[in-house]
Amino acid sequence: MSPTTPANLLTLEGVHTHIGAYHILHGVDLAVPKGQLTMLLGRNGAGKTTTLRTIMGLWSASRGKITFAGKDITAQHTPQIAGMNIAYVPENMGIFADLTVKENMLLAARKASNAGQMDQARLEWIFKLFPAVEKFWNHPAGKLSGGQKQMLAVSRAIVEPRELLIVDEPSKGLAPAIINNMIDAFDQLKKSGVTILLVEQNINFAKRLGDSVAVMDNGVVVHAGSMAELAADEALQQSLLGLAL
Amino acid sequence: MNTRDFDWKPLALVPLLALIVLPFIGSPSTWLTLTVAGLAMGMIIFIIASGLTLVFGLMDVLNFGHGVFIALGAFVATSVLGAMSDYTQSAELWRNLMAVLPAMLVAMAVAGAVGLAFERFIVRPVYGQHLKQILITMGGMIIGEELIKVIWGPAQIPLPLPEGMRGSLLVGDAAIEKYRLVAVAVGLLVFGVLAWVLSRTKVGLLIRAGVQDREMVESLGYRIRRLFVGVFVVGSALAGLGGVMWGLYQQTVIPQMGAQVNVLIFIVIIIGGLGSTGGALIGALLVGLMANYTGFLAPKVALFSNIALMVAILLWRPQGVYPVTNR
Repeated sequence: MSPTTPANLLTLEGVHTHIGAYHILHGVDLAVPKGQLTMLLGRNGAGKTTTLRTIMGLWSASRGKITFAGKDITAQHTPQIAGMNIAYVPENMGIFADLTVKENMLLAARKASNAGQMDQARLEWIFKLFPAVEKFWNHPAGKLSGGQKQMLAVSRAIVEPRELLIVDEPSKGLAPAIINNMIDAFDQLKKSGVTILLVEQNINFAKRLGDSVAVMDNGVVVHAGSMAELAADEALQQSLLGLAL
Repeated sequence: MNTRDFDWKPLALVPLLALIVLPFIGSPSTWLTLTVAGLAMGMIIFIIASGLTLVFGLMDVLNFGHGVFIALGAFVATSVLGAMSDYTQSAELWRNLMAVLPAMLVAMAVAGAVGLAFERFIVRPVYGQHLKQILITMGGMIIGEELIKVIWGPAQIPLPLPEGMRGSLLVGDAAIEKYRLVAVAVGLLVFGVLAWVLSRTKVGLLIRAGVQDREMVESLGYRIRRLFVGVFVVGSALAGLGGVMWGLYQQTVIPQMGAQVNVLIFIVIIIGGLGSTGGALIGALLVGLMANYTGFLAPKVALFSNIALMVAILLWRPQGVYPVTNR
């Protein structure tokens, strides 16, 4: 898919990122179609997390262009980018451990100044997706298990409607049962119409959820297409990822 | 947070320290006098340190120039109280308060305004550069002290307590200075307001979250630098208030008074855990009590005692009594 296709909500064109003396991204071209779940795959160190952080403005692109909903966001600061209805769940989940689950959620609800002003219907929907969030509502987030923290991180990202959800390795370190729960949740999110860009190492996760896929290696996107095509082409999987889906 | 989740051990250190020294002091009345004096001193140090610990917690800024706001507040108070001598010399407490309250408010406003300029021109160019922060903020404090000398002169200026706040109340055989009770009350009020803002408001929530992970706060769409400027200004204003309290406590002010208190403040925020307001309160109370007890029991080690206290606490909890998670 061309990066200039109007149906793309997010596009990266020739994006380079330097972190100190290191040149991490070497001209990333990526398109995230609106309403789809795009998987960003690749080996460790391929540049996936750097790509997400560059999109969010946490690291500045040294060259290239990032466009979201038709607007150039390359030089924007992180709060401005997040303010354009983009939610981000980092690899470390970014949970505020000393705050309660409720306070974590309230922080993400930018329109609410107290818990009572949060969208209650949406909260009910989130509680159905992730019952642990309701169960531990008044508990310190730092006391949650790894899986519960990941559920909180995703819940926080969707506490208000967002146009784009960017999630970095949501299944990392989770038990299989919790991964299945997470897959169901993302499936429901997909059905709600939100556009999702998801970095993943868990191939089953990618296979079950992905609509489109981009594969990175050495700081560039080496393959882009539909997830179904990649899943069906074992030779391509071997050459891109060194494994079979 | 549930009561059962609260870590009571650091809080218990304060009464524990007070009880441990009781047999050494011997006289309960002397012990009570020293304890109230220590709590008063601790509360004043807390007022000064609370802003600094949040400034460090939010943006990793080492502001060694915090002391200039203390001195500035105290000197502004000499001018305001000097101009209201009719009120300060009255024996009626309410008339004294009519002078002290405006002095506090003006000192806070001036220190806050200077803090705004300090952040813009001195701190902002050196974000993320700790060595430069130390050098430039210390330089800023020296310039501030010199400017104070230009305005108020180099000599020390008396800052007598208003008439109604002088003297002591007798509790049994113990003499409790009235001003120390005022200092404890003001400290508790400041702590109460801070605790309310931090725990009950969205701004407070953002500050607490920002101290833990400022990058994530920005990723949620909030401009943390704007928040930081606000915290810096409030912290400077609180240092100004602390300066008024400290000046009245010492009853004399000198341009270098901020630098003298700076050492105690840094001990307090290290003991408390960088970025922790509750920790700063515990640290300040421990430092205040320790300074008064050792000043009475072993004056020769009084200066060393608070550093020894800090070392002991850090051996127990290397991140301070209430470390901020994620830091």
